[in-house]
Amino acid sequence: MAHLAPTPVVEPGQDRTMILNMGPQHPSTHGVLRVILEIDGENVVRLMPDIGFLHTGIEKTCEAKFYQQVVPLTDRIDYLCPLTNNLCYVLAVEKLLGLEIPPKAQWLRVLLNELTRINSHLVWLGTHAMDIGALTVFLYCFREREEVLRMFEMVSGQRMMTSYFRVGGIALEPPLGFFDRVRDFAGYFPEKIDEYENLLTGNPIWLMRTKGVAKMTAGDAIALGATGPTLRASGVDIDLRRDMPYSGYENFKFKVPVSQEGDVYARYICRVQELRESVEIVKQALDGMPEGPIKADAPHVVLPDREKMKTQMESLIYHFKIITEGFAVPAGEVYQAVESPRGEMGYYIVSDGTAKPYRVHMRSACFANLQTLSKMCEGRLLADVVAAIGSIDIVLGEIDR
Amino acid sequence: MPLGPAITDLEQLKNHPAVTRLLDWNAGAVEGVKFDRDEMTIYLERESIREACSLLRDDPVCPFNFLSDVTCVDWYPSEPRFEVVYHLLSIPKKERVRLKVRLDSGSPVVESVTSVWPGANFFEREVFDLFGIRFTGHPYLRRILMPEDWEGHPLRKDYPVEGYR
Repeated sequence: MAHLAPTPVVEPGQDRTMILNMGPQHPSTHGVLRVILEIDGENVVRLMPDIGFLHTGIEKTCEAKFYQQVVPLTDRIDYLCPLTNNLCYVLAVEKLLGLEIPPKAQWLRVLLNELTRINSHLVWLGTHAMDIGALTVFLYCFREREEVLRMFEMVSGQRMMTSYFRVGGIALEPPLGFFDRVRDFAGYFPEKIDEYENLLTGNPIWLMRTKGVAKMTAGDAIALGATGPTLRASGVDIDLRRDMPYSGYENFKFKVPVSQEGDVYARYICRVQELRESVEIVKQALDGMPEGPIKADAPHVVLPDREKMKTQMESLIYHFKIITEGFAVPAGEVYQAVESPRGEMGYYIVSDGTAKPYRVHMRSACFANLQTLSKMCEGRLLADVVAAIGSIDIVLGEIDR
Repeated sequence: MPLGPAITDLEQLKNHPAVTRLLDWNAGAVEGVKFDRDEMTIYLERESIREACSLLRDDPVCPFNFLSDVTCVDWYPSEPRFEVVYHLLSIPKKERVRLKVRLDSGSPVVESVTSVWPGANFFEREVFDLFGIRFTGHPYLRRILMPEDWEGHPLRKDYPVEGYR
């Protein structure tokens, strides 16, 4: 019976900890994040995120493209909020060019950006709740997300990789019936948010898994570079849409939800409130939508309408020139930041006066937010790591670029 | 809005809170200023970047207490070749300022600002990984996006877009 003899037990030494790799294929890491954990039993002693699995060198690729060809690349950075990335990039190039954008294009951009925020927060809410064990919410969220994606498909022909904004305006007029559909959605969506909140906000299991978990103080959040709901849940009241408005956000009235607790629950509450505020902005954008052109009057930058191109020689020439040799952008540099669903999304573009950007750098919100993970989790239980990762709402495409 | 020319005259710009603060501290550290497209850029001496950052962070009038971004631009083949770019944000005053340090290709080394903002950690690792700039005093300066055994620094201008074959 030798094989039943008890295996020799190693004498416990000084070193009680072990290293555990979570990911890159772990379902709760939302992509390919690898978290290296040093654990002592169930307690996390040290935590280190390891990233780079999705690195595709988008910044390098941008340097070899014309300015207008970069727009589709920006979709692929953060695939849950492509329009926010489109907006940030085109705003930066417009700032370099000194272009004035007509009001209708600005309002449409705001409208679509808030729909994108709803889309992104719905994916976050569904997957975050699923990580913690509330499976039902996922199905509810994806039901409404489907409707948002259909609206994106209506305007741009694509559900996710929209590439709808252009330098100098918007690609196409939205089709007939689009505004009615958005109005319809904005009408019934607040009830759906109530539905999600009924499932989660007062749910004792949800409260036990989120309240007081993965706490972070305002000081730590600022020092570590956190932005967006991750920062606002720690009590720092900053929202770039309100404080440093871009694309006509100064015309909209909305509240910025802030919590003081800094735990997973506070981040959840902040984002759910943001959903409600986004609906308000969408309604205001629909009601106040100005009339007029959707493209700036800059024939050397903006592609002419198809109809004009077929009837006017000059438009045909401009079209040919923009497509074949791009448009030159005056030398200089800009840093344009927008409030993406995850925080401060920034584009730093350096131009050397040619038709291709000399350098494009994307400041991604998640990249900085991810650094807060160690602060949140060290000294806490292993199961809380899953809740913490979900609560900072990471998208690995944006982190690795 | 038509573009105006960039202002690079230090006399005209010395009322900007960050410029005032830095000039009061050490006028020799400020190599130049630029105000272009509503954005303020301050060129600093390489040795003074960490102290300048910590000074601006703790400024009582306009604290630039948030580090938005650290990145780099490669001006190959001209010298000084690299520009390390820091974007600072003042959360109380809603102001931005850009600090720049120029480095030549012979010794692309600059002091790390992780002691001022721990959040600079990932950004500096990224610049190290993609440009090969070394940050002294960084707690964990290793490649972050590329594999550990990768050769070269992909965002340098002399690195081909398709990679080395």
